[in-house]
Formats: sequence, C-alpha cells, structure tokens
Amino acid sequence: MSEIVSGDAARRKKLRRYALHAFLIAMSVIWIFPLAWAVYTSLRPYDETNRLGYVSVGGVYNLDNYIESWTRGELVKYFVNTVIILVPAVILVLLLASMMAFTVSRYRWRFNLTLLMVFTAANLLPPQVIITPLFRIFLKLPLPAFLSDNGVFYDQYIGIMVIHVAFQLGFCTFVLSNYMKTLPKELNEAAVVDGAGVFRTYWSVVLPLTRPALAALATLQVTWIYNDFFWGLILMKTGDKYPITSALNNLKGQFFTDNNLIAAGSIMVAIPTLIVFFALQKQFVSGLTLGSTKG
Amino acid sequence: MTDRAVRSAGDTPPAPVGGVSPSRLAAGRKRYSLFNRRDKLTLWVMAGIPTLMVVFFILVPTFASIILSFTSWNGIGGLENIKFIGLKNYSDLFTIYKQFWPAVSHNVIWLLFFLFIATPLGMFLAVLLDKNIRGTRVYQSALYMPVVLSLAIVGFIWQLIYAPEQGLLNNLLGRTEQGNQISWLGNPSLNLWAVLVAASWRQVGYVMVLYLAGLKGVDPALREAAAIDGATERQTFFRVVFPVMRPINVVILVITVIESLRAFDLAFIVNKGLNGLELLSTLVTNNIIGETSRIGFGSAIAVVLLVTAVGPIIFYLVRALREENE
Repeated sequence: MSEIVSGDAARRKKLRRYALHAFLIAMSVIWIFPLAWAVYTSLRPYDETNRLGYVSVGGVYNLDNYIESWTRGELVKYFVNTVIILVPAVILVLLLASMMAFTVSRYRWRFNLTLLMVFTAANLLPPQVIITPLFRIFLKLPLPAFLSDNGVFYDQYIGIMVIHVAFQLGFCTFVLSNYMKTLPKELNEAAVVDGAGVFRTYWSVVLPLTRPALAALATLQVTWIYNDFFWGLILMKTGDKYPITSALNNLKGQFFTDNNLIAAGSIMVAIPTLIVFFALQKQFVSGLTLGSTKG
Repeated sequence: MTDRAVRSAGDTPPAPVGGVSPSRLAAGRKRYSLFNRRDKLTLWVMAGIPTLMVVFFILVPTFASIILSFTSWNGIGGLENIKFIGLKNYSDLFTIYKQFWPAVSHNVIWLLFFLFIATPLGMFLAVLLDKNIRGTRVYQSALYMPVVLSLAIVGFIWQLIYAPEQGLLNNLLGRTEQGNQISWLGNPSLNLWAVLVAASWRQVGYVMVLYLAGLKGVDPALREAAAIDGATERQTFFRVVFPVMRPINVVILVITVIESLRAFDLAFIVNKGLNGLELLSTLVTNNIIGETSRIGFGSAIAVVLLVTAVGPIIFYLVRALREENE
C-alpha cells in the first residue's frame, strides 16, 4: 500500500487514519467500561458508596467486599464443585472426540459423513430442546453407588459431567477430524509397517501430532464448561453441589441488594476466565476459529 | 441435498472435510483390508463409545421431546401414565397459552437485533482491525474480552449499570429517587432492549474474532488486484472480499441464528424469563421445573424451538458439505 500519492490525498489518508484510531479507541473504552465499572464498585465499601453516592470518586478503597463475599458466599465450595465436574469432563471429551475424529478422518467408513453430520447437528441444538426428556432420564437412569450417592444421574456431579461431554463431543470431533485430515497419510502406513495396531497408531502417532488442536480445544472447553449456567441449574438439585456459575444466582439472593458485594463476587468468579483471556488468548481464539474457518 | 450427501457417503469414499486427495482415500481402502480382527474391534469401540453417548444423551431425548409433545403427562408415576392427546398441546400453545406469542416475538426481536446490529458491528470492527494499523492487538483484546465471560457474569456486571437506585445509568441520568426511577430491567417494554445491549456486548466480540480470522485467510493478491484496478476500499470489500468470505459468512449467520435461539442465561438471571423477557427457552425451563411440571406441554414448546433450529442447522451442514465436495 505504499504507492505514490499526491500531497492532498496523503493528508486525507492521514486524517482517515486518525479518525479510525479515534473510533477504535472509543469502542475499546466502551467495551472495557462495564467490567472496569464492576471492578471499581467492588473496591468500595458499602458505607462509602452510601455516603458519597454510587457515582463518585474518593473515600476509602479496599478489598473488604472480596473477603466478605468469599467467606459469606462460601465460594471455595462452589469452585471445588466446578473443578470436580470440569477436569474429568474436559479430559473425557478430548479423549473421546479424538478417538472419534481419528476413526472418521484416518479410515474409510460407510457412515463417516452421516456420523459427522449427526455430531455437528447435536452440538448446535439449543439445550432446551432436550432438557425435558433428559431431566426424566436423569431421574430414572441408574448408576452404581460409587458414582452416585442417590443411585441416579440427577443431582450428581457425574450427571453434569456426562451431559457436558455428550454435548461438546460434536464440536470437538468436528475440529479434531478437520485437523487430523491435514496430517500426512504416510503416517498410518508407516505405523502399519512398523507393526503398530490401530490403537497404537492413534495413541503414539496421530495424537501427539494433534497436540496444538487439543491445547486450543482444552482452553475453549474449560472456559465453556466453567461458564455453563443451564445444565447445573436444571440437573443439580442440592444447592451445595452447584457449580460456581450456576451458584451465582443463589448468591444474589444471599447478598440481597449490596451491589458492591455482588460486584466483588462476580469479579472473583470471572477471574479464572479472565486468566484464560490474558494468558491463553491465542489458544482460545484459535480454538474458536478452528471450528469455523476450516468448516 | 442432505440425502444426496448421505447416499454418496455409502457408495463412494466419504467427502473429505479438510481436502483429502483421492489417492489418500485409495490408500485408506487398501489399508482397510490389512486390518486384523483386533484392529477392527478397536476401531468399533473407538467410534462406538462417543457415538453411543451422542445418540443416547442428545438424539434420544430430541426424539423423545417430539413424542412427548403429543402426550399429556405430569411426570408423576411411570411411563404408563402417559396419554396421547394428539395435537392438543400445540393448539393450547398457539391459542390459550398467553406467554407463547410474546416469547416468539422476543426471540424474533433477539434474532433481528443480533442480525442487524450486533453481528454487522462485529464484522465492521473486524474489517477495520484487519487493516495494518498500530495497536490492533490492543483493540482486539478490548473488544474480545467479554467473550470469555459467562453470560451469568455478563448479567451481573450489567445489573450494576441498570439497577434502579444503585445503578450507574440512573445515577448519571439523575433518576434515582422513588417515583422517577427508570426500571431498566423491570419495565417489560424496556428490559428486553436492556438485556439485548448486554448480550451484544459479548456477541460483537465473538463475531469480530471469527470474522477477523476469516479475513486473515483472504488471499492478499485479490486486494492488490482490486487496488490496481482502482477500486475503493468499500468496493474492494463488498465486491471482492465479502464474496470470497462466503464460507465464513455462512458460519457467522448460523451462529447468529443459533445464539438467538439459545438465548437463556441473561433472561433467566434477570427475572427467570418472565414479565417482558419470555423466550422459548425460558418457557420450556419454567414448564419442567417447579411444582406443576407439564411435560407434554413443555415438550411442545421444545419442539417449536427444535423446528426453528433445524432449518439453520441443515442449511449449515449442507453448505459445509458442498464446500468440501467442490
């Protein structure tokens, strides 16, 4: 874009650049503002906002709201619940999706395409389409005692975990199979020549090469499952077992109308995803775009 | 269209998703015969477990929703208490149930708002950020930040802005006293719009990220050619870039529609999806939780949601497959 331009055109171009930056800065500020406002509110004690008004500067700033919402809201408990669901769910969905992707992308099956379509379609459905029968199934479907303290899927960590895995399988399989298709075909042949069976080919040859896609998907899945509100809300009954995002709604009742406390609680719950945003932005974005650009 | 694609999968090698050459497929065929029994069994297990999970936890409930929508069942007692009542649930839904048409119209408004405001804004920002400008990473980060947040958190953050007495907006407008407060989330003719602004905060960033990735994939030679031909930036975008971006445009369109149908969390957090925030998704939910669970009736609403969602899903799958076959 460095062609020769006359002085007038160059000035116009410069002006447009400034306008562009002004617009983008304005948009960025607007976009950051709601979160910044929440942080600001969370740092002010309730008495201070009462004394000075909500929209004011000055007075005392401290972390009291964080300490109070952390202890009164028993956030540790809900974070632990989330981890119990999240960790196995992410491992399992990546394992199962990579196996599925391996079979459909590296071998010729009669139903390859049908399966991929069914998986993708299943992932795109609004969860409310299946919730009514699923709720009934969860109430009736038996589980052995070591997996469920009430003998069924309903109101259990494992129930929430399983539905996350089932729902996310479609997206992960789709992304991983696209990725695996780009790996050279000779890999399989070399593995066969070396006497590796199907599972070894998958585990020791193909899977290690899929690591970048797995990392991106893991980041994405951690964020999505962490952020789930709906499944936890409907398929969990015991308040103490709620994952953190679903538990937020109850916290609102506990904190009543103390907006400063709500702000602090929200920020703390947002922190893990904000860490993803700051530290793993590349992985997160490439996970999102892997699913769309190669489709 | 789908039919053709499925059939072709049966008698020819499956259409590759990522551009597999025919020779590779031929190699695959040859290799297939080299399998011993154990390999075959392994493959069946590896594909079988994920497939069973999707079938059992997603497809079976989907079909069960359809069947249950023709029945009357309050969920008490076993399946033998289910009575088939034909289309009664649907006729009740369309004629008697007061919340149905408001919910449909709210979903439509949600879709139109996303389609004509949030999504185009995200695309527009992506186009601007795709230019070779200083600080583009910073702008991108700022705009995409809300995407990592859950909609539940988005709801809470925006409540700090919309709250009647303590909220930022009313404080700035000087409308905090009893009597002259604006109830952004309580007033049924305002709250949908307030929630849509909050939802768009996230949607814009989402679309921006996806579209930007698509734009990066456009062959720069195309733009250069257009510039040499004397096309303005606007012409280059609408006549050259936008048409080339067709696959990603389809993805964005489908995401926009699906996200509008999935809208739930924000409405539920604000007021359980009542009083101005009725959506199909919240109606389904409210019909199965609570004391009077009307399973057949709730399923009928779910089927309306399903039928609406199936259109864009098939559209997307067909387009995705056609791209591959080309």
